[in-house]
Amino acid sequence: MSEMGYFSIIISTIFVNNILLAKFLGQCPFLGTSKKMETAVGMAMAVIFVLVLAGSITWVIYHLFLVPFDLVYLRTIAFILVIASLVQFVELFLKKSIPALYAGLGIFLPLITTNCAVLGACVINIDEELGFMKSLVSSFGFAVGFGVALILFAGVRERITLARVPKPLQDTSIGLVTAGIIALAFFSFKGMV
Amino acid sequence: MAKTITQEFTKGLWKEIPPFRLVLGLCPVLGVTTTMENGIGMGLATTFVLLCSNILVSSLRNIIPPKVRIACFIIIIATFVIVVELVMQAYAYRLFLKLGLFIPLIVVNCIVLGRAEAFASKNGLLPSMADGLGIGIGFTLSLASLGAIREVLGTGTFYGASVFGPSFQPFTFMIQAPGAFVCLGLMLCIMNLFEN
Repeated sequence: MSEMGYFSIIISTIFVNNILLAKFLGQCPFLGTSKKMETAVGMAMAVIFVLVLAGSITWVIYHLFLVPFDLVYLRTIAFILVIASLVQFVELFLKKSIPALYAGLGIFLPLITTNCAVLGACVINIDEELGFMKSLVSSFGFAVGFGVALILFAGVRERITLARVPKPLQDTSIGLVTAGIIALAFFSFKGMV
Repeated sequence: MAKTITQEFTKGLWKEIPPFRLVLGLCPVLGVTTTMENGIGMGLATTFVLLCSNILVSSLRNIIPPKVRIACFIIIIATFVIVVELVMQAYAYRLFLKLGLFIPLIVVNCIVLGRAEAFASKNGLLPSMADGLGIGIGFTLSLASLGAIREVLGTGTFYGASVFGPSFQPFTFMIQAPGAFVCLGLMLCIMNLFEN
């Protein structure tokens, strides 16, 4: 991924390597917040906001602190602490300065701490040895991909509640099969980049 | 609590077996189960983290201040995840490469944090150990069975050994991303069917 241009990184992270449907990260919010369109949009926005910030901050931490001091093995614990405190900080900041946005994102912000899409995307950026700008672009792409897939899925799931589904298949079960069909659609993007 | 240690242990194997009963921690379930071997490896790594974090959380439960408990739990879990990461790198490097990203992601596996918060922080040492071990083994069993189904259908092998012979045309859909979702959904459906 490190030799790709910015545009190909965006296409690759949104469609080809979609973080939900191809990389299997962030499944808990994917199934948990997709029953209603409103919550899905809220979650998607919160993830875009936090992931772009987390992607740039973890890059700085990794290359400015962990690598020079030979502490690379502490990556996991360092990143999760950064993400957890970042989420808290963003929450306080939004509450004070942009109350409208805070009300919109609401309960989804604290949930992001345990969203593995955020930690996963940061680790992928580091593993792919991307530069700062490219890892920023790639974080943004992953987050948008998360949003696109989540909102698509929520749209389909809202319609399913109107249909008569056999009893054992109801709820999560049919949700997973639906996700599989959406993943199949995304699968056809393979080979594009 | 009236429940015995054995009950705490066995509830993880059927009554509350993750990820079927508790739909949590799905990322590794879908991501690594292309073969049975990967599934078992991931399951054992998670079991170790779950057991150790339950032991530590339960023994520290009177010391950790309630307001910052989640942060403390995450640090405890992250410590054991780093232990697993380093041990696997040293002794099971091939498996470590295959599981890749999903090893550090045990930190944010909702099952581990969920057990720390819902069980270990409220119960004594022995029940917490039984709970951690039970849920961990249940998780390993689910991953192994999903991995086995996907491996048999998708590549025609069972734990690396050929099942159907050379003329078998593998059902590649099953080991691709979409197959993971569909397979897990159908397994959940079959489990619901047995329940009724």
